[in-house]
Amino acid sequence: MGQTAPASKTLVEARGIGLRRAGRWLVSGVDLAVKAGEIVTLIGPNGSGKSTTAKITIGIQKPDSGQVTRAKGLRIGYVPQKLTIDWTLPLTVTRLMTLTGRYSKPEVMQALEEVGIAHLAQAEVQHLSGGEFQRALLARAMIGKPDLLVLDEPVQGVDFAGEVALYNLIREIRDRTGCGILLISHDLHVVMAETDTVVCLNGHVCCRGTPESVVASPEYLQLFGSRAAETLAVYRHHHDHTHLPDGRVQRADGVILGDGHAHGDHAHCDHSHQVPLEGGADAEPLPDHTQRETQEDQTRESEAANAR
Amino acid sequence: MLDDFFVRALVAGVGLAVVTGPLGCFIVWRRMAYFGDTMAHSALLGVALAFLFDINLILGVFLVAALVSIALILLQRRGALSTDALLGILSHSTLALGLVMVAFMTWVRIDLMGFLFGDILAVSRPDILVIYAGGALILGLLIWMWRPLLAATVSSELAEAEGLRPEVSRVVLMLLMACVIAIAMKIVGILLITALLIIPAATARRFAGTPEQMAVTASFLGAAAVVGGLFGSLRFDTPSGPSIVVAALAFFLLSLLYGGRLKARLTASNGSST
Repeated sequence: MGQTAPASKTLVEARGIGLRRAGRWLVSGVDLAVKAGEIVTLIGPNGSGKSTTAKITIGIQKPDSGQVTRAKGLRIGYVPQKLTIDWTLPLTVTRLMTLTGRYSKPEVMQALEEVGIAHLAQAEVQHLSGGEFQRALLARAMIGKPDLLVLDEPVQGVDFAGEVALYNLIREIRDRTGCGILLISHDLHVVMAETDTVVCLNGHVCCRGTPESVVASPEYLQLFGSRAAETLAVYRHHHDHTHLPDGRVQRADGVILGDGHAHGDHAHCDHSHQVPLEGGADAEPLPDHTQRETQEDQTRESEAANAR
Repeated sequence: MLDDFFVRALVAGVGLAVVTGPLGCFIVWRRMAYFGDTMAHSALLGVALAFLFDINLILGVFLVAALVSIALILLQRRGALSTDALLGILSHSTLALGLVMVAFMTWVRIDLMGFLFGDILAVSRPDILVIYAGGALILGLLIWMWRPLLAATVSSELAEAEGLRPEVSRVVLMLLMACVIAIAMKIVGILLITALLIIPAATARRFAGTPEQMAVTASFLGAAAVVGGLFGSLRFDTPSGPSIVVAALAFFLLSLLYGGRLKARLTASNGSST
């Protein structure tokens, strides 16, 4: 979070935007701004207008009220929420990269390497797993060196470990390129700690602020219920290891661990999982890391069961 | 060389197939097969109106097909009926309107079968000129706009977010289709134009690794279907337009049998690690 330069440029600013469909305001009065080097996360329940807000912000949809100002010559990289590529369209990962612009082979390979899927360059996109496809889309959005990266639910169809890895990757991209990122998530469990601003939406802006302050705000609790707040975890990653695409783990010192890395002595211990404790069965912090993770998994499971 | 009617038919048919290949790919990718059919059916209304107002046939067909596609876009925006219902209404009502109008115009003799099923053996030198000039225009536009057209096909939102204009792409594709229908009518006929667009493209899918490969393969397969169909119709004395479509179908069925195996071998020999 310290990377944001004090006088960083505002890339896009929306003031009081709203969209009306069939006599109903889908979103209204939303203010939103993304600066260079800043990560802004939109969260909210399904149908709360997150995607709509993002689309208005980047100009795909015209607002019925309010206005949007974009920096001159703003280059946008976009990962849409729904992108199904029809089987009839033969598309390799390499070809996907040059969808909206012309790039050289080294540029393509570099972009793929940066997201860790260079080994999939010749694979057909229809054969990729959820996580691989999201990485490919991320690489495609990045290759044009955008000033603003808009990611609509970039971790959909990705398992939990993959989610954490993807969020890490997104933060890395921001740190390296200094672009602004507008991130959309319905996922209440993992909101990146690196997010500078969380905007909580439900047709209008319910609350906004740092991840910690939003979780604590009464509007947030009202919107998602106290259960959600109980299970919400803000992960801080001291990034001391990387999960390589082939499943191995690389430590910060460059040592690559083989398969089956033991959880006890490896870097997961350094993540400080902030699990709100009130209302939980354990009033005291658990001393053991694995135990804590188990508890968290159970909470996630019971949440999922609840949702059904 | 062009003195022989059979050679003229071959030249005209191959020229058309080269264009329908890439355009047909877009129709398959965008799931617009029924849409293409609707535009093709409206061609008969174009024929009738062209006779009524005494304008060029190809121009009449192009204008009506373009109008139908615009009507469809506008009706879709209203969103009252589903797209397939709208297509059904437009497709059959324009065809019926055309047939009724032709019946009313007792003062012109219209070879209805020729328009419905094509009359490739009656292709003249000026027809060939129109096919090649029109075809070059269509291919040129397709190549020129290939990237935005493809990006809009994959995701119009993505294309728009990154500064392309998918709405323009959509309109261009529709106009190109209207253009192809207008020049293809004489070759395979109104009822079979969509087959020449879709079947070679669908066949090509099994042999292609990129969109560009698929487009080129579809052109070759379409040309092969024209040649095979014409020789078949000569040999077995069958109607030429339908024979071309049957030949295209034969290629498609063969691709179902061998396509999977061929592609597996190709990927294996490429040594790509997927």
